[in-house]
Amino acid sequence: MNIIDAALIATLIGASTPILLAAIGELVVEKSGVLNLGVEGMMIVGAIAGFIACVTTGSPALGFVMGAVGGAALSVIFAVLTQYFLSNQVATGLALTLFGLGISSLMGESYTGINPPITPKLFPEAMRDIPWAGPILFGHDLVVYLSVALVAAVAYTLARTRLGLIIRAVGESHDAAHALGYKVVRIRFLCILFGGACAGVGGAYLSLVRVPSWTEGMTAGAGWIALALVVFASWKPWRALLGAYLFGGIAALQLRLQAQEVAVPVALLDASPYLVTIIVLVIISSDRGRAALNAPAALGKVFHASS
Amino acid sequence: MTALLEIDGLTKAYPGVVANDTVSFAIQPGEVHALLGENGAGKSTLVKMIYGLVRPDSGRMGLNGADFTPENPSAARRAGVAMVFQHFSLFEALTVAENVALGMEDPPRMRDLAARIREVSETYGLPLDPARLVGDLSAGERQRVEIIRCLLQDPKLLIMDEPTSVLTPQEVEILFHTLRKLSAEGTAILYISHKLEEIRTLCDEATILRLGKVVGTCTPREVSAAEMAEMMVGRALTPPSRASAEPGPALLEVRNLSLPPRSAFGTPLRDIGFTVHAGEVLGIGGVAGNGQDELLAALSGEVPAPKGAIAFDGTDIGTVAPDARRAMGLLTAPEERLGHAAAPDMSLVENALLTARRRKTLDRKGFIDWGATRGYAEQVIAAFDVRTPGPEAPARALSGGNLQKFVMGREIDQGPRVLAVNQPTWGVDAAAAAAIRQAVLDLAAGGSAVIVISQDLEELLEISDRFAALNEGRLSPPRKAQGLTMQEIGLMLGGAHDMHDVEEGAHAEA
Repeated sequence: MNIIDAALIATLIGASTPILLAAIGELVVEKSGVLNLGVEGMMIVGAIAGFIACVTTGSPALGFVMGAVGGAALSVIFAVLTQYFLSNQVATGLALTLFGLGISSLMGESYTGINPPITPKLFPEAMRDIPWAGPILFGHDLVVYLSVALVAAVAYTLARTRLGLIIRAVGESHDAAHALGYKVVRIRFLCILFGGACAGVGGAYLSLVRVPSWTEGMTAGAGWIALALVVFASWKPWRALLGAYLFGGIAALQLRLQAQEVAVPVALLDASPYLVTIIVLVIISSDRGRAALNAPAALGKVFHASS
Repeated sequence: MTALLEIDGLTKAYPGVVANDTVSFAIQPGEVHALLGENGAGKSTLVKMIYGLVRPDSGRMGLNGADFTPENPSAARRAGVAMVFQHFSLFEALTVAENVALGMEDPPRMRDLAARIREVSETYGLPLDPARLVGDLSAGERQRVEIIRCLLQDPKLLIMDEPTSVLTPQEVEILFHTLRKLSAEGTAILYISHKLEEIRTLCDEATILRLGKVVGTCTPREVSAAEMAEMMVGRALTPPSRASAEPGPALLEVRNLSLPPRSAFGTPLRDIGFTVHAGEVLGIGGVAGNGQDELLAALSGEVPAPKGAIAFDGTDIGTVAPDARRAMGLLTAPEERLGHAAAPDMSLVENALLTARRRKTLDRKGFIDWGATRGYAEQVIAAFDVRTPGPEAPARALSGGNLQKFVMGREIDQGPRVLAVNQPTWGVDAAAAAAIRQAVLDLAAGGSAVIVISQDLEELLEISDRFAALNEGRLSPPRKAQGLTMQEIGLMLGGAHDMHDVEEGAHAEA
């Protein structure tokens, strides 16, 4: 049996989507100069919020919308604390993750062991059966295509539009942006909301499509991987996509290798997605001068308008 | 002719201080108007109100006869007011064109904008490449970015806050050439500066502020710099006095010191060599960002130097740690007061301990002698006239000038054998700067060697025995400071990059 085939590639795309969504959201947040370590918490709240909505109404679409709302709602707490009360971003982000994990298990107490309604595939059966191209290109649900479109949109916005320029400027030097009359706090607040919504959809994708059911702590570190991806991708959207797919790909591949009982220790196979992703991205971003340029200079710094 | 900008009874109070107290003056179209005053006199607050960053408590402003109450900077920009900031409001990781676009109300598409930047930069003799990253530009070029950003909006009033503090004499010439051209075209300029000679050559009118109030107006060409200084300070200033003495033995020798840059926008040190003798002040001039921070870090020991590159009193100290260097008698004061020279949230007592522990033996067997430390802090505060609520006040609560006096005093009172300081009077008002310069001269007169790194060339000429220029990480051979002219110094600084073009442009017009 072939180790790499179309099914594997199709699986990796699905497996990578939650991380990709969370990473692209966090990338925008960090580009605006805010470090939100609460990605894991926002993901899992999105997962349970989406799950409850989907199970209650029977509509997967509404589930994803409520996932986004859940993630964004949690990020509002972070935004208010860090932008208006000037709290430390690292501590607040960590607290947000712990809070998200806790409140999600409270919300999901009566939802364990239920299967949600199935999220439909976007394209008809006939197209999905085309060899290779079918499963890889047409075998997914809408969210997968939207996630790739989102990467393209974020990449274009940051590089080409005035909105993107303002976001980058605020992340580069909030004092200079303020002196020019830009509303630093408002821009960052909206970026944080965007990041929360993306993480929420990513979480909902886990509980509605990938697993699909609700278990406590089901994100299992996906939010942290997303955070690491942003840094190793040097804050570049397409590189974040590459990193996410690499991670998902190795994860899918190593499961298959485990099933075939290859003579490699299982622990090493389990660790391989993390190892390979980090090694590859470190190599890509090893040109220190350029990578440092792309890093938002005001990342994690508290902004206070003193004038 | 009606005034372009009229300011009438403008008042702004902050808790505990009235920054502007019924300030009134007027600017005519095409006039270059100077705003003079010491630090804390209220100049910055005043221009921030004109630019819409701060709202006045009372009083009124008028622009072209109509009421003018800008809600925010973009309203001010729409009304025709543009501002070049003292601390550049630029983004290092963005390109010139992107930086310009951020300061405009509705910028054209990037390609068209780049073409317009080229056009304006050629018209006004300010060469600039729109595609370059601002982080790679010199201070003078960065300022051009700000000026061009303003010019693209056809301002009626251009506000310039301390524009020349980071420029070489040649770059100042280029700037003045541009400003005169603008003024001839009818643009009024509000010019803020400490440098009185510059104001005398450039400005038509001057308004002088002291403690938030207008204390006088004058026509700068008709009065002397000393008269203006007296109006600013409220009393006569005495220039620092010095006794000339023969230099003693060499105390610090630097030979072939080369170091790689520390960050993406840093400057490498290239083959630096100099010697300082006991009783001598060596002045090192140059525009910021040419290796000053790197040189001071190598002297202080923050960055280890190669073996044999730095010798103190005959011993190689290239790899000796900062605290051990302090114990030997090599003290340093870096440029950045808050966060580098002093820990912002620690009290003055604690900050005194940080560098004076070894030489003043402020600890015993690992226990801090708080009594002695407090005594030392109080001694520095008294000796250097540091205005502070008390020695327990956190460093960040002091004004820049007062903290600088404390930082300098903390090092000088330890009786260093060699003292190296970077920008000792940057952002410090005239009276405090004179006190710091006098203290440096007294230290040298007592037999210590002093290295002063500064951008203020007049200051260096006033206090140095020998002068060397630092440019792109290279140090020129030191020359006797006495008798050096500004032109010669300009050439030593190698800052004449674009001088030629401008002169040609000027001839072409005429």
